[in-house]
Amino acid sequence: MSEHILLPEGSIEKQTTTLNLGPTHPATHGVFQNVLELDGERILKSTSTIGYIHRAFEKIAERRPLYQITPLTDRLNYCSSPINNMGWHITCEKLLGLQIPKRVDYLRVIIMELSRISDHLICNSIVGVDSGAYTGFLYVMQYRELIYEIYEEICGSRLTTTIGRIGGFERNFTPAAFQKLEKFLKEYPGVLKEFENLFTRNRIFMDRTIGCGPIAADRALNYGFTGPNLRAAGVDYDVRIHTPYSSYEDFDFTIPVGTTGDCYDRFLVRNEEMWQSLSIIQQAYQKVQEFKGADAEVFHADAPAYYLPAKKDVYTKMEALIYHFKIVMGETEMPAGEVYSSIEAANGELGFYLVSDGGRTPYRLHFRRPCFIYYQAFEELVKGGMLSDAIITMSSLNLIAGEMDA
Amino acid sequence: MLNNEIIKQKLTEKFPDQLTDWCEPYGMLTFTAPAPLNLKVLQFLYDDAELRFQFLTDLQAVHYPDSKGAELAVVYHLHNLVDNVRIRFKVFVDIEKPDVYSATALYRSANHMERETFDFYGVNFVGHPNLIRILNVEEMDYFPMRKQYPVEDQSRIDKDDEMFGRG
Amino acid sequence: MATNFEKVVSLARKNSIWPLPFATSCCGIEFMATAASHYDLARFGAERMSFSPRQCDLLLVMGTIAKKMGPVLRQVYLQMAEPRWVVAVGACASSGGIFDTYSVLQGIDQVIPVDVYVPGCPPRPEAILDGFLKIQDLVNAEGLRRRHSDQYKELLAGYGIQ
Repeated sequence: MSEHILLPEGSIEKQTTTLNLGPTHPATHGVFQNVLELDGERILKSTSTIGYIHRAFEKIAERRPLYQITPLTDRLNYCSSPINNMGWHITCEKLLGLQIPKRVDYLRVIIMELSRISDHLICNSIVGVDSGAYTGFLYVMQYRELIYEIYEEICGSRLTTTIGRIGGFERNFTPAAFQKLEKFLKEYPGVLKEFENLFTRNRIFMDRTIGCGPIAADRALNYGFTGPNLRAAGVDYDVRIHTPYSSYEDFDFTIPVGTTGDCYDRFLVRNEEMWQSLSIIQQAYQKVQEFKGADAEVFHADAPAYYLPAKKDVYTKMEALIYHFKIVMGETEMPAGEVYSSIEAANGELGFYLVSDGGRTPYRLHFRRPCFIYYQAFEELVKGGMLSDAIITMSSLNLIAGEMDA
Repeated sequence: MLNNEIIKQKLTEKFPDQLTDWCEPYGMLTFTAPAPLNLKVLQFLYDDAELRFQFLTDLQAVHYPDSKGAELAVVYHLHNLVDNVRIRFKVFVDIEKPDVYSATALYRSANHMERETFDFYGVNFVGHPNLIRILNVEEMDYFPMRKQYPVEDQSRIDKDDEMFGRG
Repeated sequence: MATNFEKVVSLARKNSIWPLPFATSCCGIEFMATAASHYDLARFGAERMSFSPRQCDLLLVMGTIAKKMGPVLRQVYLQMAEPRWVVAVGACASSGGIFDTYSVLQGIDQVIPVDVYVPGCPPRPEAILDGFLKIQDLVNAEGLRRRHSDQYKELLAGYGIQ
């Protein structure tokens, strides 16, 4: 950081400027407001206001049966909806005590890692856009379209996917879906390499982002950081390794860790995580292909009370008909109890605290949203820095307003 | 190897007869502490060389309108990152006087989480630096997540409740 | 009565609309996909995304508008200069969407007049482009004196806008 020229006291009348950044601003990703107090271009203080997109998810969830809460979880971190969906299904399965077959776990891993790639692509390319490099964004959006096409083959929709069901998936992955996955696996590494070449050793980008918004590891832990932001600060906490879910223990991958926790480290951590995700998808795809014959048709757990039975059974067997009726009318009751389950979402540890009193809808559902928790550190990260550094810090933290306000 | 037995034993040694409702739903040790002791329990869990619960995963509240005198439960989820153990403890307060000591001095992450709990349930965190609403509009005069309030906006005149099954 | 002069002006206006992407949530990401190279909004003349309301023609409201955000949206609309159009992209902006709650505005037409509603949750980029083309049709058919007509003044008065 260059020297800040301090004018001697009483030389000129020293006044600070108040600048309102947001809630509508081209650089804020989503709606939150920061009122900055500036001394020239140095930020002295920043007061933030959030809640501009508060949609009361937790209150809505108290009136919905479990499978109707999946569309709500889509809209938390909407850049990577499938991860949120899978996390919610894993929480429900923990509460209901369902055993999930291995093939379903591997398919889930493929979907989760694809959406992690798609979220990190947005974050990294938007850091580029905010520092003036528009090309990277346009180039990688093309490959996000490929990922969207894969989602479309499986669940029908691109962005807010509501993919999967409690117990597995709604239908088996079609050969077309696997073909699109193969196309992605073939073309994407070259693209990621080119995107890296544009930014990683780019003198201008490095000067912009190194030393910008750093945070020490113990302060980050105290602020409740998780995810790539925490790993950039030097702490190797990843829920996939700590508490493996969905058969992550069967995969071989490393966790990239940074040193200073500044914007450059966050960019590099996310970049390396994309390479690791690519490797996990390749391993998972290989493992899925090893299932042959009848095993290759398994796409859900055997839990007729919570997973809709096949239509031919509904029309011919009595129990299947009753289960179908109860599930669709939302009359299935869940066991009483409380469970906290978390997954490694693209931004960090996304946790679901579900309290059930034995009824048909949750008694209390709370989303532990990583963005909401680490946003508190924003004031400390930008204090003393310049205004343009605040913009880069904001975009490198990957703040998604939908997740912050819920 | 830190496990639930050792944690329970250390806690009952330090706070004899004050911690109740021990249970392990889905493997996570859960207990209830009296409201004035919440900071002492948090501090003990933080400082103890063997327990080392130094990461506050989550802080939020639940409303039980049927248990008179203890309607609001503030729930803390803590995590020991080194030994990979999670723990949950609850603090019950009366809805007429929902005072709980704020954990912001110990965990900076509790700041916004306590504001959110105040915004939704009205729990008054004593010692919080800036306890104002965070997600709802400032002019709101009720605490929306409490069980007696519906999720829909009651001042709406255009939606016909009959058609929405709420008539 | 469309004179030749009006036709030329309408042609120029409809092919050079400068939108303001007021993106709040998920529909904003679909807008980013629309503006990117695969679906390419720029080929319809919307090359320059203006982020300042003073310099834009079209307000694209994408995403849920909460009651906290309502006054901000109104402020942005008031800062726009005539002729201005508004598109409500997505179910949340059109009618509150799946969020029938105490904190969400049930449709932005509670605070500002809307010209085109694009349904969907989120609408596909093709649907957003369809909405944009409908705006182009509206711009084309609008006469030069529409903004001074009594009907238009009544519409704005209904929203409390001078």
